[in-house]
Amino acid sequence: MTDSPFIIDQPEDMVFRLNRRTLADPEILTREQTEIFDKSWIYCGHESEVSKPGDFCTRDVCGRPVIFSRDSAGDVRVFLNACRHRAAMVCREPCGNTRRYNCFYHGWSYNQDGELVGVPGEDSYPPGFDKANFSLAEPPRVDSYRGFWFISFNPDIKDLKEYLAGATEYIDLVADQSPSGEMQVIQGTQEYDIRANWKLLVENSFDDYHLLTTHKTWLDYMKDSGVQVEPPKGQGLLLPSKGIGKGLGNGHAVIDNINFRGRPVARWISIYGEDAKEEIEDIRTELVERLGEKRAARVADTNRNLVVFPNLVINDGSSVTIRTFWPVAADHMKVTAWALGTKEESVRARARRLDSFLTFYGPGGFATPDDVEALEAVQAGLATWREVEWSEMTRGLNKEGEQLNTDEEHLRAFWREWNALMTVDA
Amino acid sequence: MSAKDISRSDVEDFLYDEAALLDEWRLDEWLKLLTDDAIYQIPSTDAPDSDARNALFLIADDATRIKARVKRLNDTEAHAESPRSRTRRMIANVRITERDGDTLAVSANFSVYRYRRNSPLRHFVGRYEFRLRVTDKGLRIAERRVILDPTELGTLGAISFIL
Repeated sequence: MTDSPFIIDQPEDMVFRLNRRTLADPEILTREQTEIFDKSWIYCGHESEVSKPGDFCTRDVCGRPVIFSRDSAGDVRVFLNACRHRAAMVCREPCGNTRRYNCFYHGWSYNQDGELVGVPGEDSYPPGFDKANFSLAEPPRVDSYRGFWFISFNPDIKDLKEYLAGATEYIDLVADQSPSGEMQVIQGTQEYDIRANWKLLVENSFDDYHLLTTHKTWLDYMKDSGVQVEPPKGQGLLLPSKGIGKGLGNGHAVIDNINFRGRPVARWISIYGEDAKEEIEDIRTELVERLGEKRAARVADTNRNLVVFPNLVINDGSSVTIRTFWPVAADHMKVTAWALGTKEESVRARARRLDSFLTFYGPGGFATPDDVEALEAVQAGLATWREVEWSEMTRGLNKEGEQLNTDEEHLRAFWREWNALMTVDA
Repeated sequence: MSAKDISRSDVEDFLYDEAALLDEWRLDEWLKLLTDDAIYQIPSTDAPDSDARNALFLIADDATRIKARVKRLNDTEAHAESPRSRTRRMIANVRITERDGDTLAVSANFSVYRYRRNSPLRHFVGRYEFRLRVTDKGLRIAERRVILDPTELGTLGAISFIL
């Protein structure tokens, strides 16, 4: 590695620069695996995806195949999806319900609690061979916050709630939409690749500076549909400005905007249709009764795009999406996105939520494909990182106090944490 | 004319013409092949048989949003398709699976090749499930459901064009 720093962070001189090598150099990615991903809490799954004993989903988390599951006692468990005999995956289905995880290679089998219960020809092993020593391995740390389950391969990491720091407030605002506090991942997963560095999607997920230019056609569509796309003037705003961006500690960050472009919970817009008005009013009434006027307005009338360091995004706007992404190369990531709804919502409310999701989000939406294009255009341009070393990231740096959603303080918050972890042993 | 008067080769001619309009980006003409209540759907790859009312799809357009999609794609600020993809559609194994009054259910396999800028070939494989209506202007598309074979979009990336 060269001596040039990853970031130059001198706010007193109005300087914040990002070294473009951090987004392009394969050596950086190798270091990220050990210094970022293996040291952080990484999102694994939502409890609603495994609601009954024996339910499982297999997925790659932090570069490892894992089984996200519910055991015989009804507790969420995460197993490393590798047989203790020769490491073959013991579960090759994407999801389902099972009594046993069977390795077909030599026939070892495990119960819902990960215990080795079947070894063909067990009598050929020498004395002292004990199946109890060969349960499926588990990540060193597994914990959850309000239904969101995380794992960590760092045994010494701080507790999840302490790690999440200020992000808990924003996860609460999502979970509080549900009368029971229970949210549900909806069937149907969007899985697509972007030929770009994973950190570009971190930035893009809560960069409101790009909205007007990158998403002009989406804004036109909203306008054509009779939706007010400009923020209302003046009175009664919940937040001091039309939107703010801020760090939440430990590299997490958020943009927190006044909603004026509609929310299934619970702000009607014309796209939802006249017949949806009454139900959205009812959803709002329930929120007010349960949470009080002020908190209900906070839940219903703000859009929040949250990044949980390093690679989880929870966007609560036209719908709620959970999005996580994993680098397969310095210039290539795999993205997985789900829709999240309240457990109690009606068939019509669920349909409305899903419809609203697709107007903006996803590989066939009216906005996400242009984000993908933007990130891929950035990545192509980053091949010049040896010639043009620095990206300017100073928006809002001269402001006292609150920073706007179109400023870059929240981006700087992510990069400062990233830099601290990447340089800890330097 | 009713559905019973329509042969497989009539349907094939119609689907080939539709494919040509899409490959040539004649999207306003393509819109004229749709009924006023048409829908266009692509389920998520892990839930190919699901219902858009209770599952997250990749695309679930009603007639209004199909028109909005075309308007967007005709705008040079639809950056994902500016410059546009070059596509080539192969349609085969066309089967009429049901005839009911003025409506035909049609299943067809597709192989859509997509090139764009310098990116490698992206090859979309799957089947179409159409619901075609017999009208006095000829066949029209009432439902166009695209079921992809890949288990994830992966390197196919975004579906920014009409698949």
